[in-house]
Amino acid sequence: MKSMSASGGAATPSGAATPSTWRGLAMGRSGGDLAIATLLGLGALATLLFGEAYWLLASQVAITMIFALSVDLLVGYAGIVTLGHAVFFGLGAYTVGIASAHLGWTEPLSGLLLAGLVAAALGGATGVLVLRTKGLGQLMLTMAFASLVYEIANRAKPLTGGADGLQGMVIAPILGLFEFDIFGLTAFLYTLAVLGVVVGLAVLMTRSPYGRSLVGIRENRVRMQAIGTNVQQRLLSIYVVSAALAGIAGALLAQTSQFVGLNVLHFSLSGEILIIVALGGAGRLWGALLGAVVFTLFKDRLSALDPAYWYFWLGLLLAVIVLFAPKGLIGLVDRLLSILQRGEVR
Amino acid sequence: MLPPILETHGLNKSFGALTVAQNINFSLEPGTFEALIGPNGAGKSTFVNLLTGLIPPTSGSVILDGQDVTALPIEARVKRGMVRTFQINTLFNSLTVAENVILALDEHHNHGWRPLPSPTLRRVIREEAYGILDRLGLAPWGNREVKSLPYGRQRLVEIAIALALRPKVLLLDEPAAGIPSTETGTIIEVLESLASDLAILIIEHDMDLVFRFAQRITVLVQGAVLARGTPDEIANNETVKSVYLGEGIHA
Repeated sequence: MKSMSASGGAATPSGAATPSTWRGLAMGRSGGDLAIATLLGLGALATLLFGEAYWLLASQVAITMIFALSVDLLVGYAGIVTLGHAVFFGLGAYTVGIASAHLGWTEPLSGLLLAGLVAAALGGATGVLVLRTKGLGQLMLTMAFASLVYEIANRAKPLTGGADGLQGMVIAPILGLFEFDIFGLTAFLYTLAVLGVVVGLAVLMTRSPYGRSLVGIRENRVRMQAIGTNVQQRLLSIYVVSAALAGIAGALLAQTSQFVGLNVLHFSLSGEILIIVALGGAGRLWGALLGAVVFTLFKDRLSALDPAYWYFWLGLLLAVIVLFAPKGLIGLVDRLLSILQRGEVR
Repeated sequence: MLPPILETHGLNKSFGALTVAQNINFSLEPGTFEALIGPNGAGKSTFVNLLTGLIPPTSGSVILDGQDVTALPIEARVKRGMVRTFQINTLFNSLTVAENVILALDEHHNHGWRPLPSPTLRRVIREEAYGILDRLGLAPWGNREVKSLPYGRQRLVEIAIALALRPKVLLLDEPAAGIPSTETGTIIEVLESLASDLAILIIEHDMDLVFRFAQRITVLVQGAVLARGTPDEIANNETVKSVYLGEGIHA
């Protein structure tokens, strides 16, 4: 990761031969995608075999990746902006938390499904309103809904535990077989498996006519309507899908940590996930996934070194990326690969 | 004569005290290449916007293929065969030429909701897209990003997207706008060669083109139809001459 950042700083920021937006994302044949997928796969394998100290961290990474992917589908592909996506993440977390602590619903897989459905329902209800606006209006509305739900969760102490967090969650063994262990192996494999399914479906979706139509809407909404697309419906559908995925990510966090705190609904989480997508490269699935890994590891390392000031380094990293690699880390990887392959800097 | 594919009955549009469309009764028959002309501010674009559903009329109705579509949104009218191009290129700029057409084909064939890819389907659609590009001489540029094409060629992509939707009515808003007059002939020739069961309404400022190619001409002045007829009739219409064409124009 270090070498990539370094080369990005040195290489000329402009004029890189980049594939068309669509070829990059719909065909998925860009070298960067493959390289990152390989890298992440190897990373996961190495962590599994040699990194037992990092299993818990790795499951956090996997959860963040799912969350980032949900936001990238919305922001990067469909061009909808949001600064309130934590509302769906948090709702998913509270759904499995409350179902477990208050209703005794401890089965994890059906819990995920339930969380996805509840988040999707909220996505549908708020999406209708959010999508009436564009740009700044969208930003404000998504923030507004997230704040509302945050305060509701804060006040509904009997249900959520308020600021103390939700205690007393129990999660049953996965499929009745695999109990969550203190080393986090089950949590790691569980989140990895869910991540695999989600990424697989998302990759297929982005290469489908549906996925391409979202890019079309982002590129030119007026024209999409002029070729017969009901733009509003199409956008609402991805809003709901994205909300469901974010809800599943939140549910995973609640299940693997067997605790839910108010921070899962906090504004700063909505901001962080947007940073992650921008860092990795918006509009590219593998960019968002890489961004989630880099960000989470960065945060873990830097906050261990200096818990108070790690945001300084995050800010610096983000500024460098935005200024010198506007296509994000995946843009850097693409460029690096084209340099390696053709031995030229264009 | 075939029944009209597109009609308007008493179409009116006012913004407060400003009337931009006045009792427009219009009809377009299949296989017709008709031009809509008029001085700047005559309400030509407003008329097209009323037809496509971008703005609702104050009163009156739009009939497409025998059905009243006045209350339908833009995309529903497109689905029923009324397709437009834009005066200023309105394309998917960072996609390739072929991808622009493929998007339109996907929507036309109602694949837009398919959440899973299908290589077979994609191949079929791709071939269809290249068939359309071929007709417009765009096939060699299929893999180029739209924004890297010269403006004139981008104008043809506008038309390619429209053709992908298999229109019954094609509304062309100044298809030759912004390109050198030496090249405008190419575009009109392409349009002329289009299917004979297609009805085309073209807004165009270049009177040479209009009088050379249009079968019928509608003259719009201050939101109202001033005259309608063949190019000869229009060229010899005294009112049209005095109000709009001036003395220099002869067919």
